[in-house]
Amino acid sequence: MSRRPTRRGVAATFAALGGTLLSGCGRISESTRVRGVVESAETLNRNVQRLLQRRSALAPEFQPADISKVFKPNGESEPQNPDYLKLVADGFAGYRLEVGGLVERPLSLSLAELRAAPSRTQITRHDCVEGWSCIGQWKGARLGPLLQRAGLKPRARFLVFWCFDEWEGPPGRGQPYYESIDLVDAFHPQTILAYEMNGQALPMAHGAPLRLRVERQLGYKMAKFVRRIEAVDRFDDIRGGKGGFWEDRGYDWYAGI
Amino acid sequence: MTRPDRRLKDGRISVYRHPAAVRLAHWINVVAFLVMLTSGLQIFIAHPALYLGDDSTFDRPLFSMTAEATPDNRLVGYTTILGKRFETTGTFGVIEQAGYPTERALPTWMTLPPFRDLATGRVWHFFFAWVLAINGAFYLAYNLAGGRVGRELWPTRAQLRAVGRSIADHARLRFPRGEAARRYNVLQKLSYLAAVFVLGPLMILTGMAMSPGLNAALPWLPEVFGGRQSARTIHFLVAMSLVLFTVVHLLMVLAAGPLNELRSMITGRYVIDPARGRETQA
Repeated sequence: MSRRPTRRGVAATFAALGGTLLSGCGRISESTRVRGVVESAETLNRNVQRLLQRRSALAPEFQPADISKVFKPNGESEPQNPDYLKLVADGFAGYRLEVGGLVERPLSLSLAELRAAPSRTQITRHDCVEGWSCIGQWKGARLGPLLQRAGLKPRARFLVFWCFDEWEGPPGRGQPYYESIDLVDAFHPQTILAYEMNGQALPMAHGAPLRLRVERQLGYKMAKFVRRIEAVDRFDDIRGGKGGFWEDRGYDWYAGI
Repeated sequence: MTRPDRRLKDGRISVYRHPAAVRLAHWINVVAFLVMLTSGLQIFIAHPALYLGDDSTFDRPLFSMTAEATPDNRLVGYTTILGKRFETTGTFGVIEQAGYPTERALPTWMTLPPFRDLATGRVWHFFFAWVLAINGAFYLAYNLAGGRVGRELWPTRAQLRAVGRSIADHARLRFPRGEAARRYNVLQKLSYLAAVFVLGPLMILTGMAMSPGLNAALPWLPEVFGGRQSARTIHFLVAMSLVLFTVVHLLMVLAAGPLNELRSMITGRYVIDPARGRETQA
């Protein structure tokens, strides 16, 4: 009789340990305290990336030949909000972009006024949080000069983008999509409010009449169907408090990864 | 750091094989790798398709796992590799969940968390990426500074000449147990070198190449790999290579004597048997 464990016994122990570990991992990942620890890497990632990037380091730009044949729309592609449907019916003639909150001079801009504002055209790669990428050409009003026109109050630290598309509710009474960025990204030269895509008026599926482009972050930061921009000093008192629709549902506020 | 051999009563010798720093790095790596792999697969199932180039050519992926409904409303899972389609219902593409066929690329036991939750998968992935990288840097610094890479991991000329015999010995599951077992054998050295100096760095660089924030700082990085989607594909393939490495590593531990191997990675002490020294040399 040998008291030394058999090979098969050891293998079974390993398998059992592995099973416990895996089911344990599922439970650990739901603990809020553990969640706080793993989420702390977001701040580290933002600081390290900001340190490596120069403030105005550009996202890579591409050639017209690189533009994707199919550019997959993500999120909402046909908002049902009654205010939005009214605007669609008259070809966005009545559309106004409101810029308010912590600004000296609130703005209300028509599409014609936005088209007349300082613009930028760029061919960039759009990276979805799911993992896919598409390349498209965007033309839009640069956000920086618009903010200078409105005059940010010294307390302003973030910009919140309120959108027409609604989630989790009946049209007109659902949760509006919203996003927020800080002033580093707001004044970045590639940050634009796009009204054109691939040389055409911005299609509805991609956020007509106006979508945000924040080229150094993932797609969910780039709010579509933008109706109002609000300058704020904090966003923990807005909606779920995490700075965006998807952020309130667990996604990182800094989406540089 | 090296400690003297201990002669056991039965004539075998207990040698000090792994210093504490290596043992610690090993076990941190076990946890970090497991989390990175399973959270990485959670991220993968959000869009279970791979492409070449900068962007995604949705209609012709290099690799994909999909679900399709048949005319009689049955869900069928497919895995498509380079245009060749295989039915993989039950394992890939469509799995059984709570008794119902569900569209999901991978079985629940493969992902962290087991249920579908991209946000949580990402949060864990990007935290443990730091654990893995800092641990890897610590391991590399320790081994490079101590000259251990040259001493322990770099194969000698004699070992390289006998690589054929080492392969033959491994194939017959005959491993050095005597004096030769003091050192890693040539296949061990080559696979550890590949994991540490090729697969590990490739994993980190292809991961960084996928970050839009880092792309602005290092625009050349994704292009080195042929574009962001190519980098993502390589990230996946290298991850699978590391899984293969780990599976072979565990099989070798089991075949070479799991208790002795496991003890050596916990206490540092590995027992060799000089009486069996003639068995193999390489």
